[in-house]
Amino acid sequence: VSDFTHAGWSWYVAIGTIASLLACLVLLVVASRRKPMASDESTGHVWDENIREMNNPLPLWWMVLFVLTVVFSLAYLWFYPGLGSAPGQLGWTSTAQWQQEQQRSAAAMAPLYARFDAMTHEAIAADSAARGIGERLFLNNCAGCHGSDAKGSKGFPNLTDADWLYGGGIEPITETIIKGRAGAMPPMAAAVGTGEDVSNVAHYVLSLSGSPHNALKAALGRPKFAVCAACHGVRGEGNTALGAPNLTDNVWLYGWGEQAVVTAITQGRAGMMPAQAERLTPQQIKVLAAYVWGLSNRPTGQAAQ
Amino acid sequence: VNTPAPEQVISLYVSEDKIYPRAVHGWFAAWRWALVWGTQLLFYGLPWLSWNGRQAVLLDLEARRFFIFELVLYPQDFVYLTALLLISAYALFFFTAVAGRLWCGYACPQTVYTELFMWVERHIEGDRTARMKLDAAPWSANKLLRKGGKHLAWVAIGLWTGLTLVGYFTPIRELAPAAATLSLGPWEWFWTLFYGFATWGNAGFMREQVCKYMCPYARFQGAMFDRDTLVIAYDERRGEPRGSRPRSADRHALGKGDCIDCNLCVQVCPTGIDIRHGQQYECIGCAACIDVCNGVMDKMSYPRGLIRYATQNGLAQQLTQAQMWRRVLRPRVLVYGTILLALCVAFVASLWWRTPFKVDVVRDRAALARQVSNREGSGQIENLYRLQLMNATEQPQRYAITVGGVNQAALAWTSAGQAPREPLVDVGPAQALWVTLAVRVPFDVAQGLGPGAHPLYFEVQPQARASSQTVRERSTFIVPR
Repeated sequence: VSDFTHAGWSWYVAIGTIASLLACLVLLVVASRRKPMASDESTGHVWDENIREMNNPLPLWWMVLFVLTVVFSLAYLWFYPGLGSAPGQLGWTSTAQWQQEQQRSAAAMAPLYARFDAMTHEAIAADSAARGIGERLFLNNCAGCHGSDAKGSKGFPNLTDADWLYGGGIEPITETIIKGRAGAMPPMAAAVGTGEDVSNVAHYVLSLSGSPHNALKAALGRPKFAVCAACHGVRGEGNTALGAPNLTDNVWLYGWGEQAVVTAITQGRAGMMPAQAERLTPQQIKVLAAYVWGLSNRPTGQAAQ
Repeated sequence: VNTPAPEQVISLYVSEDKIYPRAVHGWFAAWRWALVWGTQLLFYGLPWLSWNGRQAVLLDLEARRFFIFELVLYPQDFVYLTALLLISAYALFFFTAVAGRLWCGYACPQTVYTELFMWVERHIEGDRTARMKLDAAPWSANKLLRKGGKHLAWVAIGLWTGLTLVGYFTPIRELAPAAATLSLGPWEWFWTLFYGFATWGNAGFMREQVCKYMCPYARFQGAMFDRDTLVIAYDERRGEPRGSRPRSADRHALGKGDCIDCNLCVQVCPTGIDIRHGQQYECIGCAACIDVCNGVMDKMSYPRGLIRYATQNGLAQQLTQAQMWRRVLRPRVLVYGTILLALCVAFVASLWWRTPFKVDVVRDRAALARQVSNREGSGQIENLYRLQLMNATEQPQRYAITVGGVNQAALAWTSAGQAPREPLVDVGPAQALWVTLAVRVPFDVAQGLGPGAHPLYFEVQPQARASSQTVRERSTFIVPR
């Protein structure tokens, strides 16, 4: 693929390159031609009254090396891309080389992963070598958001607790890795009512998990929770099909307290996990999913450490 | 002002005449051979030594571990290489200021391998005149045999040199048998052949051309000479007027100097110069002319040292050897010497008292800070760190990690998904391990600190032996707004 806006530029570059190379040779030949010399080993040139230019001939092999560089350049331009947009005889591209390297490394890794093909996720999670691979995959691909210890931070879920937005089974975890997730809570303030209503609902929400709250406001907010129940369920226990969080436990993805809940109700929340399918091979995803599952489950056969 | 001289035509590039140095024996040649033996026994022999059940000197580029006898060096120890290069540079300055191109004349690989190759050449083709005759003769079975044999021997030395070089980077005890069955890896092939080719070409053909046209040191050393530097010098006052004379003749009666103009000093010179023209940039200071001239002086029953190590001042002011040596103790030499000594002491001391492990603290890339146990207002602020523990010993080590610098800061050992336990970390021999560590500070203490980054440090102490070595690595603890 050429980056030139017009084919003429390719010719311009190609002709300029060849002309420069030939000019190098011409210069060399012209400059090495025999020169008139004074008999005293000087060139007869005198500067600043008494500084004479002496004839100190360069070794011939220097010139040979110079010619070789020109020959090398011409050979290079013949075999590799360089003359304008000409692809070169070898048809080499950096993209193809990169793909080759990818294939080679995939082929080198294949036997490592082949062992896991026949294993269940639970067995992989119990395998210490697989956990090592999983940890490295996690650190390279997941830790950027979920943290090196997989405990996440504000807005990024903790993967080591038993609380799962989309369910903690092998299948939902695998699906999350492959497709990513887009969690969205729309702003609900208008549906809930006045600012006072929003505050009351917030206290009701806090009461669900037994968090400190104003019991009177919570009682007032309870009927208004109906609009929330569509996703979070009547009892506020969430819905893993929608990724709606459980409000009755002590896990607060966007922070705990009245203010955080009010913000969620008035502004909504949007969580986004990008799909990893194109970054990882199916075998890697299997090992990674087993590793993530193992973070909150004690796989059989693994002694507590 | 110049009168125009008659013009002639000369090429700007010339094919230089081949030099046929005559074999030389003597005190300085013996020194050079001693250094050939010393450096090459070291170079060829070192990779074959074993230490702790592995190659004593192994620079494992792929694993990024550099084993040198008891030392296990990491790429982070590059500063030692820097120090080594500094020491080499100052040693060069020091020795050059004292006695000129000592390095070039005796120890430089170019000189050493040329010496080896010339030894082979001499034993197959004969000495100077025999070689010149052979080169001039038309091709014959004898010439083919001698030339072929010489190159066979040269190529063998070159290949062995190349293989030895590669043997510093891959275990040579596996490499040598692999080379015997021609089953080296592509890069092993490349470096063996490339370095072998370079040895063959430089020591067999390029020789003095390397010193004259390639070596940068040959060109900048002039800045390190002064008029009290010992250089190889022809005593013009004593030698001139030169000329041949019968051994029995009285040179004083003939009005001649000590130089009998036998031209041997030119014939032994590896760079093909005539030292009697005075100090020249081509002179590599090998002292071959001194050795050969001393032999001639002995035969003539003249005192030795017509060509000798002497300083420019020494020759001009006719100083005695003792007077010249006294001038070695001049400020330039003393300054170079002091710096050199200080560098050597610092180098040895820093290696001797080296901490055999390294620690690197990296704050987690994802979370700046987070709240934990966030109920009841009695929660904690948690920061996440990754510590890299690098074991620079060949024994498994256990390290204890503590944290300090922030009041009531405590470690929460969280190694992904596992139950909290003592922050003791096991690291295998010559292994580098990343561990993830959380530091927690009570909420009220954090509020007392105020939002922002607060200095914090980790201390790592090996548990093996009664080790008092502790490494402290600084980081920050962040309290969110």
